[in-house]
Amino acid sequence: MAQEALTYASATELSISLKTAEISSVELTEACIDAIAAHNGTVNAVVTLCEESALAEAKAADLKLRDGSAGPLTGIPLLHKDIFCTRNVATTCASKMLANFVPPYDATVVSRLRTAGTVMLGKTNMDEFAMGSSTETSVFGVTRNPWDLNCVPGGSSGGAAAAVAAGFAPLSTGTDTGGSIRQPASLCGITGLKPTYGRVSRLGIIAFASSLDQAGPMTRTVEDAALMLQAMSGVDAGDSTSADLDVPDFTAGLNQPIAGLKIGIPREYFNHNLDQRVANKIHEALNELVKEGAELVDIDLPHTEQGIATYYIIAPAEASTNLSRYDGVRFGHRCDSPQNLTDLYERSRSEGFGEEVQRRILVGTYALSAGFYDAYFKKAQQVRRLISEDFQKAFERCDVIAGPAAPGTAFPLGAKSDDPLAMYLEDIYTLSVNLAGLPGLSIPAGFIDGMPVGLQLIGRSFDEATLLKMGHRFQLCTNHHRATPTMTGVNQ
Amino acid sequence: MPTIPADVLSVAQLARLRIDETALDDVTDRFSRTLELVAQLEEVDTEGVTPMSNPHDMHQRLRADMVTESNQREALQKTAPAVADGFFLVPKVID
Repeated sequence: MAQEALTYASATELSISLKTAEISSVELTEACIDAIAAHNGTVNAVVTLCEESALAEAKAADLKLRDGSAGPLTGIPLLHKDIFCTRNVATTCASKMLANFVPPYDATVVSRLRTAGTVMLGKTNMDEFAMGSSTETSVFGVTRNPWDLNCVPGGSSGGAAAAVAAGFAPLSTGTDTGGSIRQPASLCGITGLKPTYGRVSRLGIIAFASSLDQAGPMTRTVEDAALMLQAMSGVDAGDSTSADLDVPDFTAGLNQPIAGLKIGIPREYFNHNLDQRVANKIHEALNELVKEGAELVDIDLPHTEQGIATYYIIAPAEASTNLSRYDGVRFGHRCDSPQNLTDLYERSRSEGFGEEVQRRILVGTYALSAGFYDAYFKKAQQVRRLISEDFQKAFERCDVIAGPAAPGTAFPLGAKSDDPLAMYLEDIYTLSVNLAGLPGLSIPAGFIDGMPVGLQLIGRSFDEATLLKMGHRFQLCTNHHRATPTMTGVNQ
Repeated sequence: MPTIPADVLSVAQLARLRIDETALDDVTDRFSRTLELVAQLEEVDTEGVTPMSNPHDMHQRLRADMVTESNQREALQKTAPAVADGFFLVPKVID
């Protein structure tokens, strides 16, 4: 295979080439490292490259491929978002707070993908502590969108999305608390799946909002997402919120027909908040699914608009408690010559956390504080239930809910960084899915002026299989996911 | 309800954050705007709705009360900013 073909092939295709010995894992890993060397200087998607250990892992994978003990992911290179703890490899959450943190253990997701035989190339850029929708708040600087280097890749898993789009690796991991897998997948033209809350262990994922966080695959195809989800899923004794349920065979049902499945179209998703051109692309995509026999039904999700307010109380509240662990004592940034304990806490935290993180800690602390708890936190938890019930009612009438993953295409760098509230609107179609704990898939649905648009499919709790089946069917009839980016700045 | 810099300073104190005086007006402004956004929820009728803290309303599983990990003090303290003799060091607390 030519270099270009190697770095833009799907993991499923690469796995066949590895098993037939058309290529070796070492060759494939070298091709990825070369692609990173050529373009990461401009894209800035990879923050830590593990060249030596990756080549050693690739060599070990080649032995397994030869002795016949290889699985479907053996020898496939992948990148982890820098939020996953990786043993003896720096894990920073893109924060000055964790600039020197080297975890003594692997996250469960990392160890499971390692066991599956993947080759860890390195770590990807993100918004600091996963708080953002543009990957502009990283201590490593911004990541650029491979489709237009003057635009953001989305966030918070923007490095992961840009890396897959740029041909740095066929697979990457992401995390999604309010849309952080699906929105960057949409903006970078790749496939991203947020599994049902509890499907994937959170052990070793640096916590943001514990009742919302979930890790998932970011890939070139739905087929690859199914393979990767298979390796990531399942109960974990180390995470008491991981679901103790059997994990279905996600690839087995991929080729089943979708005829007769009902797709719910929420009226509230297609209003003034949505770029009309994105709406048109979504309707075109839905027509493809109708041609395959799916039926469209109108549904209502009446609390969509209030989802943002609900999320921006619950997520900061949980973050403010989770981030109280950064006190400058056991790990993380510590200020110089603290005068006393309070000085140690306050200066270490104010120096270590960036602006957006501090902003959310303040809001969260306020929402949980005496006198405001009922008006803010409890109220938000009540509206959260109403949002969840909206979805349950909708799923009485349909099997899957479809809409956009983001209100527009990728926006120019800096366009929203001075207006946090405009940035929060980026997640209007994704964050209610986290509040309800449901699975959501974003897949490439076409282009507007050369920039990718993502179609979001939302499923019933623990029904990732139906989303994957529908997404795969869509990719069998379309070529949007095969397009490769220009790696230039379009809008100078 | 308007937010004033003094409110922000008292929340910052609870959160153990120190806000630079030159940034205080800006932080207060953004804080107030976020509170205005979340105030939308006042319009929602939530009478009798049980708060939802977990998407599956699940209860925490408890594991057996058994030792499952060996002592890893050295490995864990490797990432600490200041240690001595196996202890984490903090500034003097008692004079």
